Amino acid sequence: MAPNPDEPTARSEGGCSSPSDTPAVLEMAGISKEFPGVQALKVASFTLRRGEIHGLVGENGAGKSTLIKVLTGVHRPFAGDIRLHGHKVQFAAPLDALDAGIATIYQEFTLVNALTVRANLFLGRERSRGGFVDSRHERTRSREILGRLGAEIDPEALVSELNVAQQQLVEIARALLADASVLVMDEPTAALTPREVQRLFLVLRDLTARGISIMFVSHRLDEVFEIADRITVMRDGETIVTREARKLTRQQLIEHMVGRPIDDEFPKTPAATDRYVMEVRNLVGKSVLGVSFVVRQGEVLGLAGLMGAGRTDLVRLIFGADRKEAGEILLDGRPVEIDSPRDAIKHGICLLTEDRKAEGLVLKATARENFSLPSLGSWSRWGFVNRPHEQVRFASRVNELQIKTAGPNQLAAYLSGGNQQKLLVARWLETNSRVIMFDEPTRGIDVGAKFEMYRLINQLAGQGKAIVIISSELPEVLGISDRILVMRAGRIAGEIDDVARATQEEIMALAV
Amino acid sequence: MNMSSGMSGATRVFIARLLSEYGMFVVLLLLCLLFSLLTVREQHPSGEQAAVALSERLTDAGWRDRSVVIVARLDREDSLFAGAVKEALVRAGYSRVEVIRGDPASLREELQQRAHSAVPTDLIAATYSLAPIVQSIKAQTSGLSSAEIVTPPTRRWPTFLLADNLRNVANQITVIAIIAIGMTMVIITAGIDLSVGSLIALSAVVTAWLIGKTGGEEATVGAMILGSLGGMFVCGAIGAFSGLMITRFRIPPFIATLAMMQVAAGLGYIISQGKPIYQLPEGFIWLGRGADPLLRIPYAVILMFVLYAAAHVVMSRTTLGRYIYAVGGNIEAARLSGIRVKFILFFVYAVCGLLAGLGGVIMASQLKSGAPTYGLTYELYVIAAVVVGGTSLMGGEGRILGTLIGAFVIGVVQNGMNLTNVETYTQKVVLGLIILGAVLLDRLKQQGFSWKRQRAP
Repeated sequence: MAPNPDEPTARSEGGCSSPSDTPAVLEMAGISKEFPGVQALKVASFTLRRGEIHGLVGENGAGKSTLIKVLTGVHRPFAGDIRLHGHKVQFAAPLDALDAGIATIYQEFTLVNALTVRANLFLGRERSRGGFVDSRHERTRSREILGRLGAEIDPEALVSELNVAQQQLVEIARALLADASVLVMDEPTAALTPREVQRLFLVLRDLTARGISIMFVSHRLDEVFEIADRITVMRDGETIVTREARKLTRQQLIEHMVGRPIDDEFPKTPAATDRYVMEVRNLVGKSVLGVSFVVRQGEVLGLAGLMGAGRTDLVRLIFGADRKEAGEILLDGRPVEIDSPRDAIKHGICLLTEDRKAEGLVLKATARENFSLPSLGSWSRWGFVNRPHEQVRFASRVNELQIKTAGPNQLAAYLSGGNQQKLLVARWLETNSRVIMFDEPTRGIDVGAKFEMYRLINQLAGQGKAIVIISSELPEVLGISDRILVMRAGRIAGEIDDVARATQEEIMALAV
Repeated sequence: MNMSSGMSGATRVFIARLLSEYGMFVVLLLLCLLFSLLTVREQHPSGEQAAVALSERLTDAGWRDRSVVIVARLDREDSLFAGAVKEALVRAGYSRVEVIRGDPASLREELQQRAHSAVPTDLIAATYSLAPIVQSIKAQTSGLSSAEIVTPPTRRWPTFLLADNLRNVANQITVIAIIAIGMTMVIITAGIDLSVGSLIALSAVVTAWLIGKTGGEEATVGAMILGSLGGMFVCGAIGAFSGLMITRFRIPPFIATLAMMQVAAGLGYIISQGKPIYQLPEGFIWLGRGADPLLRIPYAVILMFVLYAAAHVVMSRTTLGRYIYAVGGNIEAARLSGIRVKFILFFVYAVCGLLAGLGGVIMASQLKSGAPTYGLTYELYVIAAVVVGGTSLMGGEGRILGTLIGAFVIGVVQNGMNLTNVETYTQKVVLGLIILGAVLLDRLKQQGFSWKRQRAP
C-alpha cells in the first residue's frame, strides 16, 4: 500500500459524491469488471464535473483502458453504476455512448485516410437529399466546426494529407458534430510535438469553457499536471486517489501509481570516460544536414529536440538503416564503412527503434526467436542453428536483465512493453554492441518499467558501452544523460555539458 | 482440459499442440474415416492377393486328392494369380494341378477337350471376373457337370482404404504437394506466387522438347536427366526473375507473378507450337509411374515425402528457415536485425519456381508427354493446400507439414467424392467450401488469441 498518510481521505474523495458545487456530468461508482481469470477492475470510481479536465493516470494494466471501455459500452456486463447527467445509463455499444454524448478519441485514429475531411466528419451520419449527399450543408457545417476549433483545415483535403495533429483535430471535430458533452481522450499527445501539444491544450481549454468535460488519459505526467484540473490515479484495477492537480506533487503521483515510495526517479551513476568510442563527422542524409559529434566510453549522450528535428533520422543513418549522402563514422578512431544495418551490427553498433512493434520485434515469433535474430548466423554451423547454445544464451540474458516471460516460447506480442524493450536490449547485448542507440526507450512503458530501464542504461554505461538516447521527455533527458545534444532542423543546435544545472527551458530555447 | 485431466502432462501437451498446430490433421483423419464408411463394399481381390486367399481356402478344405484346373486370362494380373495358386497348391500337397491360359474362346476349347478326355476335373479355380464365363462353359459342357468352380473369397472392405486407391490419392496430389512446399515458403514471407500453374506447363514442354531434340524416343537416360534439369532450370530462373522484380523494383508479388504466369504460359505454347510433345522414351515414365517393388509406392510420391522432410528441417532447424519466418513476420524488424531480406525473398521465389518446374517434369513423366495445357488453375489448388494447411496469408506463420496435410485433405476430398459418385460440378462447390472452412477455422483460432490478449493485461 502507498505510504501516503492522507490516503484514506483522498480515497473517500474519489467516491461519487463530489463536494464541489459544480455539477457532476458523469459519475461512475463502484465499477468492477471481471474477465475469465482476471479481475480487471476491482472498485473504480470516477466523476467528471461540467467543464472539467480530469486526468486519469496509472501504469499499464492498472485498468484505465478497461474503465474507458466499460464506460463506452465496449465491455459488458460489469458491476456498478454509471450516471450521465444524473440518469443511470448502460450502453450496449460505443455508438450508443456517442449518441448519448460521450465521444472517445483513441490513440489510433479511426479516420479513413482515403476520404476527405468532410466525408470523415459525416461518416455514418451523412445528410442526404433525395439519395444524394447534401454537400453544401456538410461543407458549411464542417467549416463552422473546424473554425470553432481554430483549425485551418480544408474540409475537402484528404485525411492522408494531414499531419497527426490535424487528424486529431478532425477527430475532435467529429465529436463536436455529434454534440458530445463528454470527451474521452486516450493518450492524445503521444504522437504530437511539444508545440502541437500546446495548441491542443488551448483547444481543450476552449472546449471546457463551453461546458464540455474531458477525461484525459496519459502517461506523460508533466502534461497531466499542466492540463488537468483534477487527477485520478489507478492501480491494480482500483482508483487509488482523486485530488486537485495543484495539491499533488509529481513525486506523490508516481508513488501512488507504483504503490511504494520512490527515492529518486532518475537513478544516475556517472561512468563516462575520456575515450572516444564513436565519432560522427558531418553526416548528411534524409533530414539530417551535417551532424558531427562524439560519444565516449561509458557515456550516456542525450539527443533532445522537437519531433521532426532529425533525431530519429540521425540514428537511423548511423545504423545504416537509411542511405547516407555524405559523412564519416569512426569507431575507435578508425573510419568504418556502414551501408546497411548488417554492417553496423558487425561493427558493434545497434539501434533500439522508437516503435518496438513495427520496427523491433517480430510479434508472431517467440521471445527466444526474437532474441536470437541478429546472432543466429554466428550460432549456426552449415546453416543449422545450434539450439542448445541458443537456449543457454537466452536463459542467461533473461536472468541477467530480469526479463519476465512465461518461457522462451512465449510470443513476443504477449510480453509487456517494458519486457519487450528489455528483450531488445538483450538481443543487442548478445551481438557485443559497443554503441547502443535508444530511440525513445521509455515510450509507452509504465513508471516502474521506466525506472528499471534507467537502471539498465546505467548498468550498460557502467560496462563501458557508449550510449545515445533520444527522448522527447525533457525531465528524462535531463535525468539520465551525462551530456545533451539539442537538434533543430537537421543540425545540432547546441550542446549542454553541465546537465546537473541545466533546465528544461534551456533545452527548449535551443530546440525551437 | 477437464476430460484430459487423467492424462500425463506430456500427452496432454502433445495433444494440445497437435490440435492447435495440426488441427487439420484431425480433420484429415475424420475425412478418411467418413469416406471409408461410405465406401464399404464387397471387395474381389485379384492377382497374387486373390491367389493367396484362394489357395488358403482350398488347403483348409483338405481336397488334396482332387484334380485342379486353374483358368486364367493372358494378362499380367491373371498370370500372377495362376502361377501363385499353382505354386501354393503344389506346396500344400496337391498332385494334380494344371493351368490353362488364354482368351475366353480358347479357354472354352481347352476345357471342353479336357471334359471329353479321360482325365476328370474336380475343381476349376478362377478369378472373380472370369467366374461367369467358366460358369457358362460348364453349363454347356456335359463332361464338366461334376466340376466345382472355386473363386477367391470376397471380403467387406472400404474401397477408399484399398492400397491401390490410397496410392492413387498420393499420386494425384504429388505435383500439387511438391509445389506447395515452395508456395508455403513464399506465403510465409507474406507473398504469393501465381505463376506456378503456368510453370508446370512450361517445364513439361521444355523438358519434352529438350528430350525430343536429344534423341526423342531413343533418348538416353543422361539426355532425359539433362532435359528434366533443363525444364526445372527454366522455371527456377523465372521464379528468380519474379523475386528480382519484387525485391529490386518493389513490384507487389501478386503483380510480378501474375505477369510471369502469362509469360510462362505463352512461352509454353510458343515452344511446343501449341501441340503436345509425345516423342519421349518409354523409360521416361519411371519417375511418374514407376514404383518401388516392395510396397509399390510410386517414386514421385517417395520424392514428395523426401522433399517434405527436407523442407521441414530447413524451416525448423536452419537459420534460413528462421529468417524466412522473420521476414514474413516483420520485414523491417528483420532488416534492422541485419538479415539480408532481399536475398531471402529472392530465394523463396526461385525455390518456388524450381519446385514448380519439378512438378512439371513429374506431370510430363506421369502423362508421358509435355503439353502447354498442363497445370491450368493448379496455382489455386497449390495455394488452397497451403491455406488449408494453416499458413496465414498475412505471413510470418505456417508449417510445412501443415501444407502436406492440406494437400492430402484436398486429394482425399476429391478422391472420396469420386468414389461416392459426387458430380464434378458439385465437387467444385464442396472443395470451395472446404477451403473457406479451413480459413474460417484459422480465423476463429486467431480471434481466440486476440480475445485472450485483451483480457490478460
